[in-house]
Amino acid sequence: MSRRMARVGDPGGGLWLFAIAYLLFLYVPVLFLPIFSLNDSIFVAFPLTGFTTRWYEQMLADRDMLNALSVSLRVGTVVAVAATILGLLGAKAVTRYRMPGQRAVTAMIMLPLFIPEIILGISLLILINAVSIPLSLLTVTIGHIMLCTPFAMAVMTSRLDGFDRSLEEASMDLGESPWMTFWRVTFPLALPGIVSSLLLTFIVSFDEFLLSFFLAGQELPLPVFIWSQLRFPAKLPSVLAMGALILIVSCVVVFIAEWVRQIGTTGERKVGVA
Amino acid sequence: MADDIIRIDNVTKEFAGGVKAVDSVKFDIERGEFFSLLGPSGCGKTTLLRMIAGFEFPTEGEIYIDAQPSSLIPSYRRPTNMVFQSYAIFPHLNVFDNIAYGLRKDRLSRSELNRRVHEALAMIKLQGFDRRRGDQLSGGQRQRVALARALVKRPKVLLLDEPLGALDKKLREEMQIELRQLQKAVGITFVFVTHDQEEALSMSDRIAVMFRGRVIQIAPPKALYEAPNSVEVASFIGTINLIDSTVKSIAAGEAILEAPGFGQFRATAVDGLQPGQRIVAAIRPEKLTLTDQRPQSGAFVEGRLHASAYLGDRSHHQVFVKGRNEPIFVAAQNVDRSMTSPFDPEKPVFITWDPKALILLKG
Repeated sequence: MSRRMARVGDPGGGLWLFAIAYLLFLYVPVLFLPIFSLNDSIFVAFPLTGFTTRWYEQMLADRDMLNALSVSLRVGTVVAVAATILGLLGAKAVTRYRMPGQRAVTAMIMLPLFIPEIILGISLLILINAVSIPLSLLTVTIGHIMLCTPFAMAVMTSRLDGFDRSLEEASMDLGESPWMTFWRVTFPLALPGIVSSLLLTFIVSFDEFLLSFFLAGQELPLPVFIWSQLRFPAKLPSVLAMGALILIVSCVVVFIAEWVRQIGTTGERKVGVA
Repeated sequence: MADDIIRIDNVTKEFAGGVKAVDSVKFDIERGEFFSLLGPSGCGKTTLLRMIAGFEFPTEGEIYIDAQPSSLIPSYRRPTNMVFQSYAIFPHLNVFDNIAYGLRKDRLSRSELNRRVHEALAMIKLQGFDRRRGDQLSGGQRQRVALARALVKRPKVLLLDEPLGALDKKLREEMQIELRQLQKAVGITFVFVTHDQEEALSMSDRIAVMFRGRVIQIAPPKALYEAPNSVEVASFIGTINLIDSTVKSIAAGEAILEAPGFGQFRATAVDGLQPGQRIVAAIRPEKLTLTDQRPQSGAFVEGRLHASAYLGDRSHHQVFVKGRNEPIFVAAQNVDRSMTSPFDPEKPVFITWDPKALILLKG
C-alpha cells in the first residue's frame, strides 16, 4: 500500500535533480545581488572580502538615486490605478455585454502584450514627437498604462467570468440601481482580482525599462537611472544594494498578489452553482 | 379588469437575427394567483418572465403591472421580485445580509430590519442560520434563502425561474408542497416558470403552455390535462394515445369515427365537425382498461401485449393493434398483490374505454 502510494506521489530521483538544477540556474544569479551588496569591495567578484553595510549607506545618501526610486514609485502607483480601472471596465464590458466586433476589440487591447517592446517604444516615441508633446513623466506614464492595461484586463476578465451574472441581476431585482449594484456586488466580488491586478501592474511598471528609456525626459525612472549609472564603477555597489532591496520587495509583493488571487479563486469554487 | 395584477398585452420579443423568442403573447394574471408558464426549453417562457422582471424589454407590446405600463421600467423600480434558477445567493454575504439586502434602501430602523429578517427566516424554517455564509448552505437551503430574500420585500408579484430544477426528486416534491402552502399563506401572486409538467399541474391555479414563443393554451391544471386544445398540448402534458381518424357521421351530439385497426367507434362530437373530416381522437392511458376477456359490448379494440413496465403502484402496458404502427399505452393501477402478470403474451388482449373519455383534436 505505502509503496504504491509512494510511486503515485513521488516524481522519482531524476526529476527531483532536474527541478533542483533548474531552480539553481534560475535563482543563484539573482542571489549574487544581495551577496555582493553586502561585500566590502568595489569590485563585483569572488572571493568575498568582508561584510559591510556602507553600500546601503551610500545608496541612502545618493539623492539622484532616491529621486529615481520615487519617480518609479509614483509612476507605478498612477499606472496601477489607471490600468486596473481600465481593465475592470473593459472586463465588465466583455463579460457582461455582447457587442459587434467584441473579439477584435479584445484582441486589440491584448495586443501590446505581443508586440516587441522596442517596437512599441519607438512607435510611441515617433507619435509623441509628431504631436510635439515634450518627453516627461507624463509620456512615461501613458506608455506604461498602455503596456499594463492588458495585464489588468486579463486578471479582471478571469475574475468577472468566474461569477454568476445573475448575482448582479438579483441585486437590481432587489431594488439597487446599476451603480449601487456595482458597489454592493460586483466590486466586493471582484476585489481579490482588483488587488492582484494593482500589484501586478505596479510591478510591471516598476520593472519596465524599454518604454521608460524611450519616453523619459529629465526625470528618470529607477531602471533607466540604474542603467545610466553602470558606467561609473564606483556607483555599482550602491546600485546592487538598491537592486537587492527591490528584489526583496518585488518577491513580497508577488507573493501577496498570488495569495490574494488564491483566496479569491478557492472562495469562488465553493460558491459554484449546485 | 380591476383584479388583474399583470396584463401581458401583445408582447413580442425579437432578439438579434430576427429570432422571436416571444411572439404576440397576450394574457392576464389575476391577483393572488399561482400562475405557471410551462413549455419545453427554448419556448420563450424564461424570456417572458425576464420581461416581467425588467431584465429584458419587449420589442413590441406592453406589460402592465398593477395597471402601470411597465415595459420600460427597469427591474430596480418594479414591484416584482425574482427567485433565480441559480438562486444567486450573494457569496460574500451571510444569510442575514442576503435576506436584508433589498431592505437596506427602505431605511428601516435596526429593530424593524431585524424583525423582518427573522420573520423571513422563520417562514423558511432556517432560524439560527443567519450567520452562515452563502457558500456554506445546501442547495435546498439556498433555494429557501432566495425565496425569503425576495418575499421579505413584500412584492406584488413573485417571479420564480425554474426554482426547483437543481434539487433532487424528493426535496423537489417537498418544496412543491411547501411553495404552494407559502403562496397561499402570503397571498402574493406567483409566476412560476417550469418545463416540468407534473410540477406545473400539482402547484398551479392556472397554466399557460408555450411553444415557439406563443401561448397555446391557458387553463387550470385539470382542464389542461382533460381538455387540451391541441395535439401539441395534449402530448406535452402527460402521455396520450393519438388515433388518426376520419369522421363518418354525426348525429345527436355523437360522432362515429373510423381509424385503422379500430374500425368504427363513437365519440362526443365537437363544434364544427364535418363528415369526412380527418381528426385526431386522443385518449389518456389511464382511461383505458386492459383485459384478456373479449368484451361483450361497449367500445373495445383487440391487440397484442408488446411490453409492460412495472412501476409499483401502477403498470404501463404497450399494446400493438393491427393496422397501426405505434403502440397504444395503457396505464393500470395495481390494485391486487398479484406477483405475476395477468396477461399471456401468446393470447390476444382487449382494450376498452368509455367513449366520453375520447378527446377530439384537430390535427
